[in-house]
Amino acid sequence: MKNLKLAWRNIWRNKRRTIITVMSVFFAVVLSVLMGSMQEGIYGSMIDNVVKTYTGHIQIQHVDYNDNQSINNVFEQRSGLLEEIESIDGVEVAVPRLKSFSLISNGNKTKGGALIGINPAKEEQLTELSQWVVKGDFLTQDDQGVLITKNIANHLEIGLGDTIILMSQGYHGTNAAGLYPVRGILAFPTQEMNNMGVYLHIDAAREFFYANNKLTEIALLVNDYENVPSVKEALIQKFDDQYNYLTWQELSPELVNFINSDKASAVIMLGILYLVIGFGILGTVLMMMAERRREMGVMVAVGMQKRRLSTIIWMETMLIAFIGVVAGFLFSWPLITYLSANPIPITGEYGAAYEQFGLEPVLFFKVVPQVFINQVLTVLAVTLVISLYPYYYIGRLKTIDAIRGN
Amino acid sequence: MAIIDIKNVKKIYNDNDVPVHAVNGVNLSFEKGEFAAIVGPSGSGKTTLLNLLGGLDNVTEGDIIVNGTNVNELKGSKLINFRLMNIGFVFQAYNLIPVLTARENVEFIMELQKRSSQERKSRSEALLKAVGLADRMNSRPSKLSGGQQQRVAVARALAPKPMFILADEPTANLDSASTENLLDIMERLNSEEQITFIFSTHDSRVVKKARRVITFEDGKVLSDETK
Ligand SMILES: Nc1ncnc2c1ncn2[C@@H]1O[C@H](COP(=O)(O)OP(=O)(O)OP(=O)(O)O)[C@@H](O)[C@H]1O
Ligand SMILES: [Mg+2]
Repeated sequence: MKNLKLAWRNIWRNKRRTIITVMSVFFAVVLSVLMGSMQEGIYGSMIDNVVKTYTGHIQIQHVDYNDNQSINNVFEQRSGLLEEIESIDGVEVAVPRLKSFSLISNGNKTKGGALIGINPAKEEQLTELSQWVVKGDFLTQDDQGVLITKNIANHLEIGLGDTIILMSQGYHGTNAAGLYPVRGILAFPTQEMNNMGVYLHIDAAREFFYANNKLTEIALLVNDYENVPSVKEALIQKFDDQYNYLTWQELSPELVNFINSDKASAVIMLGILYLVIGFGILGTVLMMMAERRREMGVMVAVGMQKRRLSTIIWMETMLIAFIGVVAGFLFSWPLITYLSANPIPITGEYGAAYEQFGLEPVLFFKVVPQVFINQVLTVLAVTLVISLYPYYYIGRLKTIDAIRGN
Repeated sequence: MAIIDIKNVKKIYNDNDVPVHAVNGVNLSFEKGEFAAIVGPSGSGKTTLLNLLGGLDNVTEGDIIVNGTNVNELKGSKLINFRLMNIGFVFQAYNLIPVLTARENVEFIMELQKRSSQERKSRSEALLKAVGLADRMNSRPSKLSGGQQQRVAVARALAPKPMFILADEPTANLDSASTENLLDIMERLNSEEQITFIFSTHDSRVVKKARRVITFEDGKVLSDETK
């Protein structure tokens, strides 16, 4: 009679209790995997939001620009530079920008915002900016007009075809000012972006700032998040310390902080969940042993070593957890695969709240093997700790007392 | 030569304020092939003596020598192994592992002894046949009557080829027909295979079958008669 076979038969002595315990493990796994996958999905969409609507995966900047975002910390777009960057493995497109702060006025109404000079064709490849144009048209080559974000347009009470005044400081202390017709209104999914400012053609921006052929940044679209470090490495190899190279994490430290602290609070919640489940399993083990105390006494009396008896009980505990984990895994894997392909839209009040926090109102799920592995390992680790109790209990078991029944 | 020597054994329980002399200076010895009953009023120390003899409890004073080994000097896994190889146990009730069939219960103990599966198989069959359960070998204990369960317990006690079998009131939970039946089986095994049985009982029908009757009172041997 193998230990495992005995353990297997033993756990089915009290079917109901075993099923309840298995179910608790099952739900713990499903719940935590669901939560973890949703977190990953939300983080992923938040990161995507930032990366794909603005920053790109990596930015190349003037070495001082990140500390002092001044129009004076710009660099030359020498000929062939973009092509050289795009030749690096993993780089899909290099998007040039000249960006600074500007006052935006209409009549006596003025608002501060970003002034972003873009190459419309390149920009399109990274941010698909044209999809957010709700009124009017996207910028064309040689365009002298601007795209203005929704909230600023509303504030300035400005519409298509109106003309706005931009005022700022140009390169090396010059005064920059100009009149620009509004070509289009941009409505982004998040309020933060809708408060941003104006986009115009990079050539027009250079003229405005008196910054001929200058750039504040080149944003890179990389084919996969995984390749970001290697692309950065290649940039350093190629250009050394001519520029500063910032990954999306370095460009959005608040986002990284948010994700990390959110993960930490999730760990606390999961900890509580596992504590509850752990005590559930412990309760089952305690009952199992209390019920079988006499039986265990008889087994030791007739010649079974305590170690082997403990191992059988240990196996019973592990089996229960294992069944729960496997069932939880088999259930949640397809579920999450489905949800990752079919994200759940959030409507009504909650959806609005999401938008206010700058999030797309959709519940994204992401299949991350690590999430599954972590949950499975955690449940098994919790059970492993609990399943050591039988060794302690049986080690101390006085055969004679167990048989007598006290 | 005696296979069991009990020399001046005392067992004092100190659980409460008043010490209880459960076994109070007992000298006994048993030969191979005995069929001995220990009788006496409730609380006279029968169970205590059998437990000491089986290495399930420790003496307060004195020695118990089983086949040259002082049982009190064994501890832990050595003691468990000694029981496995030398002593068969039949308790009053609930002897069997509930999740194993009759046959598996008998085989199980031989597996603990690391006997070959071949031997386990043939011996468990033979023993269950000997206790009249050839047709119930694959039943679990819950599907057997109390008497049948005790017969399986006897088969299991015999399976490891112990030096002797200890049975504390093996028939206490049985009706008279089952008692008769179990006793017959034990007697036959004793006479045919020279298996040594030492059992305690309150049952006069059981006492009648015994060839040696040891009477206890207040933890002492009052009389020791061999028929
Ligand atoms: N664990 C214990 N702690 C304290 N006293 C005990 C313990 N076990 C037995 N005793 C006492 O020892 C004495 C002998 O008990 P024992 O069980 O050996 O008697 P017995 O002859 O088997 O009785 P019965 O016929 O009722 O089974 C009794 O007075 C009993 O109360
Ligand atoms: Mg008794």
